[in-house]
Amino acid sequence: MRGRTLGRRRIWGSMGIGVASLCAALGAGALLVILGYVIVQGIGAINWAFLTQLPHPIGVPGGGVGNGILGTIIIIALATAMAIPIGLLTGIYLALFGRGTIPEALRFLSDVLSGVPSIAIGLFAYAVLVAPLKHFSAFSASFAFMMLMLPLLVRTSEQAIRSVPETVREGALALGMSNLRATMTIVLPTARPAIITALLLAIARVTGETAPLLFTAFGTQFWETNPNNPMAVLALQVFTYAISPYPNWQAQAWGGALLLIAAVFILSLGARLMLRRAMRGLDA
Amino acid sequence: MTAVIPRDELLATDDLSAYYGDRKAVGNVSLTFARKAVTAVIGPSGCGKTTMLRCLNRIHEVGFDARVEGRVLLDGQDIYSNDVDPMSIRRRVGMVFQRPNPFPTLSILENTLAWGGRGFSRREKLERAERALRSAALWDEVKDKLRTSPLRLSGGQQQRLCIARAVAAEPEVLLMDEPTASLDPIATAVIEELMARLADEFTIVAVTHNMQQAARVSDRAAFMLADDDGIGRLIEVDDTAKLFTKPADPRTEDYITGRFG
Repeated sequence: MRGRTLGRRRIWGSMGIGVASLCAALGAGALLVILGYVIVQGIGAINWAFLTQLPHPIGVPGGGVGNGILGTIIIIALATAMAIPIGLLTGIYLALFGRGTIPEALRFLSDVLSGVPSIAIGLFAYAVLVAPLKHFSAFSASFAFMMLMLPLLVRTSEQAIRSVPETVREGALALGMSNLRATMTIVLPTARPAIITALLLAIARVTGETAPLLFTAFGTQFWETNPNNPMAVLALQVFTYAISPYPNWQAQAWGGALLLIAAVFILSLGARLMLRRAMRGLDA
Repeated sequence: MTAVIPRDELLATDDLSAYYGDRKAVGNVSLTFARKAVTAVIGPSGCGKTTMLRCLNRIHEVGFDARVEGRVLLDGQDIYSNDVDPMSIRRRVGMVFQRPNPFPTLSILENTLAWGGRGFSRREKLERAERALRSAALWDEVKDKLRTSPLRLSGGQQQRLCIARAVAAEPEVLLMDEPTASLDPIATAVIEELMARLADEFTIVAVTHNMQQAARVSDRAAFMLADDDGIGRLIEVDDTAKLFTKPADPRTEDYITGRFG
C-alpha cells in the first residue's frame, strides 16, 4: 500500500518537473530563437560604414544609420538628465515622508503612468511640445521618454532607499546630522547601486521605444545635434526601413534591430552586475 | 511637579511619557542618571526601556507619529524645550544601537569622522579618530586597514567601531541600546569591559535585558515593567548591588529571580 502511493507520488512528481521544465525551455527558447534570428539576419548589415555613415538615398547601395545612433544617444541622454532629478527627488520624498494622502496619490499616479501606452505619451508630447511650436523636435521625444522613465525611477528609487536599514539612517541622525545630510551622505550612497540598476533598466526600457518617436523626433536624413530640430533615431529608422519595399533597406532594418537588442542586452547585464553589488553591500 | 535635580546628575527625566500615535509606550518616568557612571535599564521585552532610552537623545521622535511628553534635562536644560535644536542634543548625547550599524559605504576611518568636525583641521580630526578607536579598543585591530570597508569586520568589531564613531563626537552622554544583544559571549565580554572604562569619561545609560550584564557593568540600575495596559513604567531605581540583593519592590524581586520575563 505504502509503496504504491509513494510510486504514484514519484510519477506525479516527475511529470510536474517535466511540464515545468518544458515551459521554461519554451520561454527561454523563444528568446533564443528571436536573438538568433535577429543576429543571423542583421549581422551581415553591420560594418563600419553602417555605424558611421548617413543613410543613402533610395536605390543607392550602402549607407548607414550613424545619425540614428547619434540621435538615440542624444535623446536618451536628454531624457535621462531630466528624469534623474525628478525621479530621484520624488523617490526620496516617498521613502522619507511616504505616509498620508499625497504620497499615496503620487504612488498611484506613478503606477498609472507606467501603464499608459507609450503611443499615448507620444501623443501628449506632440500636443504640448510639437503642435504649439509647429515643428517636430528631438526635445519633444526626450520629454516623452522622460515620462516613460519616471514611474520606473520613482518607484525603484523609493524601494532602494527604503531597503537601506532604518538603523543606518538612525545611526547618522544620532551623530547629530540633519535629515538632509543623513540622506545625502549616508542613505543615498548606500542605495546607489540599486538606484543605478533602476536607471539602467529605465534606459533599456526606452531604448527600443518607437511609437512616441513617430510624431516627436520624426526623423531626418541628415546629421542633427540640435534638440530643437527633428532628429533621426535608430528605432525609427528600423521601422521605416522594415516596411519599405527595398531589400537593401530591409537588411539594414535587421542590422538596426540587432544594434538595439545589443544595447538593451548590455544595459540589462550592467543592471544585473550593479544589483549584485547592491545585494552584497546590504547583506554584510 | 518639577523634581529637584541634584547638581551631580548630568541627565534626568521628569515625568517622561512616550507615544507611538495613540499608544502610550512609556508612562511618567522620572529618573536621574549619575555623572560618569553606568546606569543600566533592565526589564522584560516590551517594557518600554528602549523607547525611554530613545527619548534621551530625541531619536524617538524620528519615527512616524512618535511623540514625547514631559521633560528630559541635560545639565539642567530641558532638551524638549522649543528653542532647542535636536541635532545639537544628539551631538552631546551619543548612541550605540542594538545591532552594529556602521555606515556601509564609508571606510572604517570615515566612519569615525562622520560626526562632522567642521572647523577642525585634518590632523586634529585624524588624531581624534585614532583616540576614539583606541578608547573603543579597536585601534590595534584596524590600524592597518583604516581605508577598507567596515563590513569586513566581525560583528563585535563592528559594534566597537560604532562605539568609536559615537565617542569620536566627544559627547557627554553615551546611550547604549542592548549593545551586545547580537554578539557572541567573547565579543560581549570585550564590550562590557569597554563600558566600564568608558564610564571614566562618559555618563552611560545602557539598556539590557541581560541581568548578569547589568550586574557586571552598572553602578546603578533602573527596573522597568509594562502593566497590563502595555505602558512601561519605572518600578524602582537604586545602586546596582542593592537592587539585585535587596529590591524594594516585589515585582523587581520576581524579575531578577527569574520568575517571569
